[in-house]
Amino acid sequence: MVHSVLLAASTRPTWPDVLVFAAAAAVILVGAIGVVTSRNPVHAALSLVMTLFGVAVLFIEQAADFLAAVQIIVYAGAIVVLFLFVIMFLGVDRAEAINVEPLGGQRPLAVIFSVITLGGVLAMAATAHWVTGARQVVGPIQGHVAGAGSPAGEPAQLGKQLFTTYLFAFEATAALLVIAVVGAVVLARRPPTVHADREDSTESELPA
Amino acid sequence: MSLSGAWYLGLAGVVFTIGAIGLLVRRNVLIMFMCIELMLNAANLTFVTVARMLNDIGGQVLVFFVLVVAAAEVVVGLGIVVTNFRRRATTVADDLDQLKG
Repeated sequence: MVHSVLLAASTRPTWPDVLVFAAAAAVILVGAIGVVTSRNPVHAALSLVMTLFGVAVLFIEQAADFLAAVQIIVYAGAIVVLFLFVIMFLGVDRAEAINVEPLGGQRPLAVIFSVITLGGVLAMAATAHWVTGARQVVGPIQGHVAGAGSPAGEPAQLGKQLFTTYLFAFEATAALLVIAVVGAVVLARRPPTVHADREDSTESELPA
Repeated sequence: MSLSGAWYLGLAGVVFTIGAIGLLVRRNVLIMFMCIELMLNAANLTFVTVARMLNDIGGQVLVFFVLVVAAAEVVVGLGIVVTNFRRRATTVADDLDQLKG
């Protein structure tokens, strides 16, 4: 508790902050529940957009402006569009029957165990410190420390760390993205051998 | 100054739990992927909150990497879904029971 008092010592939260958090939390939770309970995959994808937008608002609220922009562009702009593209491409954009329970007793058990896990984590975090560890190991979020001339701001700090401390990991993500793109192309390509086999089998069946 | 980090961490825990329940309960592979995205977003929210609480930019850099890995995972996962749909004409995980004894 000493830690949290120390962290919150600067100023008390004002009512706009509380309002923004409450609104964003409501949007996030409604969207998340919508993803899980939607019968139609398109509705689930749109609920996912809602949740991602709420998370972006909370990023801005916590001075992570650049990440909020990236969240909207990459998640809502690319990943959800990819989901919708695949849903439309496969033609599975119709309601499914989610009332039937394929495995008996699975749903109550899933809910019970997940809620128990959540309660355990929250109780553990609330009775101990919410966050522990050294402060400013990698670098401060706002770069105006130690007599630097102008406040560097969060994107500048992020970019500096990305290309110095985390340079190897950054290059590794480049390789990962290339591998993912090549893998997706290989997976989505219609294999010519299977195609030829199918044609051969139909031709061999026709005379018979 | 925004609210104390405990609120954000609690919200992230709830969102992660909803995603985990969805992943366990739903049978549509596409919606299971969306639930994984929910869990990744809860983890991102935790990273940003802890970065603010410790005033350390490292948490935000990690969110950047999580975004990249999520994008790669979705691309490959949806490729697998499309390939499976070509063979079985289904996106329901229960129908993929070719290895059942």
